[in-house]
Amino acid sequence: MSESDQNILVMEGISKAFPGVQALDDVHLTLKRGEILCLVGENGAGKSTLMKVLTGVDQPDSGKITFDGREIQAKSPQHAQSLGISTVYQEINLCPNLTVAENILLGREPHKAGRIDWAKMNVLAQETLQRLLGVDIDVAQPLGSYTVAIQQMVAIARALYIASAKILILDEPTSSLDVNETAHLFDVMRKLKNEGVGIIFITHFIGQIYEVSDRITVLRNGKLVGTYETASITRVGLISKMIGRSLAEFDEMSKIKLESSKHIRSDALLQARELGLTGSIQPFDLDLHAGEVVGLAGLLGSGRTETASILFGVEKPDSGSVSINGAVVQDHSPLGSIKRRVALCPEDRKASGIVDDLTVRENIVLAMQANLGWFNYLSLKTQYEIADRYIKLLNIATPSADQPVKNLSGGNQQKVILARWLATNPQLLILDEPTRGIDVGTKAEIQKLVLSLAEEGKACIFISSELEEVLRTSHRIVVLREREKVAEFSGEVDENTIIHAIAGSES
Amino acid sequence: MNKSTKSSFKWRKVTESRLFFPIVALSLILIFDFLFIPGFFAIENRDGNLHGSLIDIFRNGSTVMLLAIGMTLVIATGGVDLSVGATMAIVASVAGILMNPSALRNEVFFVTDPNYTFQPLWVVIITALLVALLCGLWNGVLVAYMRIQPMVATLILMISGRGIAQLITNGLRVQITYRPYAYIGQGWVILPFSLYIVAFVFVITWLITRKTAIGMFIESVGINFRSSFFSGIDEKKIKLVVYTFCGFCAGIAGLVASSNIRTSDASNIGLTTELDAILAVVIGGTSMSGGRFSLLASMVGALVMQAITQSMYAIGVPAFALQAIKAVVVILVILLYSEQVRDFVRRISAVKKEV
Repeated sequence: MSESDQNILVMEGISKAFPGVQALDDVHLTLKRGEILCLVGENGAGKSTLMKVLTGVDQPDSGKITFDGREIQAKSPQHAQSLGISTVYQEINLCPNLTVAENILLGREPHKAGRIDWAKMNVLAQETLQRLLGVDIDVAQPLGSYTVAIQQMVAIARALYIASAKILILDEPTSSLDVNETAHLFDVMRKLKNEGVGIIFITHFIGQIYEVSDRITVLRNGKLVGTYETASITRVGLISKMIGRSLAEFDEMSKIKLESSKHIRSDALLQARELGLTGSIQPFDLDLHAGEVVGLAGLLGSGRTETASILFGVEKPDSGSVSINGAVVQDHSPLGSIKRRVALCPEDRKASGIVDDLTVRENIVLAMQANLGWFNYLSLKTQYEIADRYIKLLNIATPSADQPVKNLSGGNQQKVILARWLATNPQLLILDEPTRGIDVGTKAEIQKLVLSLAEEGKACIFISSELEEVLRTSHRIVVLREREKVAEFSGEVDENTIIHAIAGSES
Repeated sequence: MNKSTKSSFKWRKVTESRLFFPIVALSLILIFDFLFIPGFFAIENRDGNLHGSLIDIFRNGSTVMLLAIGMTLVIATGGVDLSVGATMAIVASVAGILMNPSALRNEVFFVTDPNYTFQPLWVVIITALLVALLCGLWNGVLVAYMRIQPMVATLILMISGRGIAQLITNGLRVQITYRPYAYIGQGWVILPFSLYIVAFVFVITWLITRKTAIGMFIESVGINFRSSFFSGIDEKKIKLVVYTFCGFCAGIAGLVASSNIRTSDASNIGLTTELDAILAVVIGGTSMSGGRFSLLASMVGALVMQAITQSMYAIGVPAFALQAIKAVVVILVILLYSEQVRDFVRRISAVKKEV
């Protein structure tokens, strides 16, 4: 078999510009049949744009795409799908109010006598999930009643079902999955690979790249850095290719952490006593000191986000109390929390973080202005000053402060939300998955930022699905399991002890 | 090369402006008028006051302009207020009955003295506007605190409003003869007096929304109310205030309209004006799903609506056919704003450039 037959997809010289940004510049990519190719790079490296060009969401300015021996240019995602290119996006775009079966078979419903055959539809959906992914759930339930992880699985099932896909694109499918679910997904991917499907896998988890991929294509700032055999490149080598700078700063982290731990104050900034909400989180005690970073570890659905919501006042607790600087909190609301100088970067950036049509400037000053009230309006000059200061401080990549925030890449949007909360000058900062869907370089930046904030005397609660990250940034770690606080570790702990605590087995 | 890309970039900036489409639409109508209606642009000076078809567009458009101001803010929060026409009727009835309460005794009493009124003018206006505020407050409570969908919530007052208006006047039409009241809609100080009212309300609203944080909060709530809530914005309070203000604007519009026709006609005042106001806002480029808004563009939108009406009458289109013509305009506008059509136009112009 010649090399051109092996390749299911060849993208050559792809370029694409958006107003003010050259998103892709002469990028090449090849994908073989029965191969898992990882596409990696920092935020704004052009991974998503490249995939959008392939799937017809965007049209390239120049370049040639050869798929299965024929030159193609998909006009729309539907068109791409009909050709055999299926995509599962990072943000799940299914209908939460429809049932699982309806979501999987939407547009492909089985018919009987001119009407939808519901019974057959449910059986088909059930089979598809079971056979392809080994997931056994009630497919007649609304999708929204399942966890994000299950929803992700349903999205994959839909992508696979719709067309006999020759190429499957997975855009950060694992960012909301826990360890078991990820392992499960990888099994599915390997199975598909053996059936000859070419898979393009976009992820930020370095470990996963090595676990599952055959080759790696690295992009940086819209340009191709290179394509490498996974077996032939080391992790350190790969990361330095991705971020294009020295790794020394990763080692700095532990030094910074040690240094900052000297500044932890002894009196409690926040004291939660028997704080809980029925059906959300079991009553727990928690003390936080100024200058301290406390990590919340646990699996998906263990109650991490719920803890954050109660502390910030998104949900009102029905038992116990919480006091800040010794004063018991009466007004459980986001605005009340802002006034007490507590901030929360929420887990779901798109739904409860950014206001996408507003500009970067407006997004940054939003919480600060809410605290000042309706009439105490910050002058435009002050707003620009604040925005520019944080754009510089956090390295937010944007043409200007007047750019609508929806035009920014995911990581930069996350930084804008961080800026929004830093601008309120909080004494307690709760960060719920601040590094989700963010590249390695920005991750390290945010982790360092958290520690430097602690050094300034702020307290932080750091929530992440990546245990390594929690360990690296936190002075103290609280472990949650099944909506209950189960353990607390301070000082140096090794990963194993915590994994055992999360799993609920004695070490 | 460099120069041409620079100039096309500027052109794009112009076409993307919120004011671009409404102004283009208005210009097209005026060009049509210029070509087909002789004397449309003639402005006459009568005793120092200006009269003419052009002035009439402004004068007759003043109620829709007033409604569009409030409606813009409501739509920007992602809602809609269908009850403004009914609110106008209620306000007209309240004002009428305060000046001429004979209807309460179930008798139609024609006051002939143009200087007679039962209550002084300031009591009439303030009471009427307070009632309008109450109507808006009612909508606001239903939408913000009872979490009823805006369309359903305001439908309640839209339907019951005219009944309430009839109840107030005992089911009778109240003639309004008090001359100072008639001045609101019919007075003239070089330009029609109602235009000064519109200008005043517009400027105040613009200042309040753009020189305080309220405008940004309204947009933020309209775009993503959950993110706004997480950022500490009291989304319910914003909605309450906006609906109340919309009621207030409808109140002023009700005063102007009733003064104009010199009667409080509960079944006809403000009939279907809620739709004109909504259209004015949509023509002004504010999305029905909420978000970014422009008061000025809504004003131009209101003028577009009025200019169409006026032009159709002038070329002799009968009143009953007018709604059909408006429908055509609505379809055109909605097509202009649809992303698909815009993309299509862009693609075509891009192809042309390449050729």
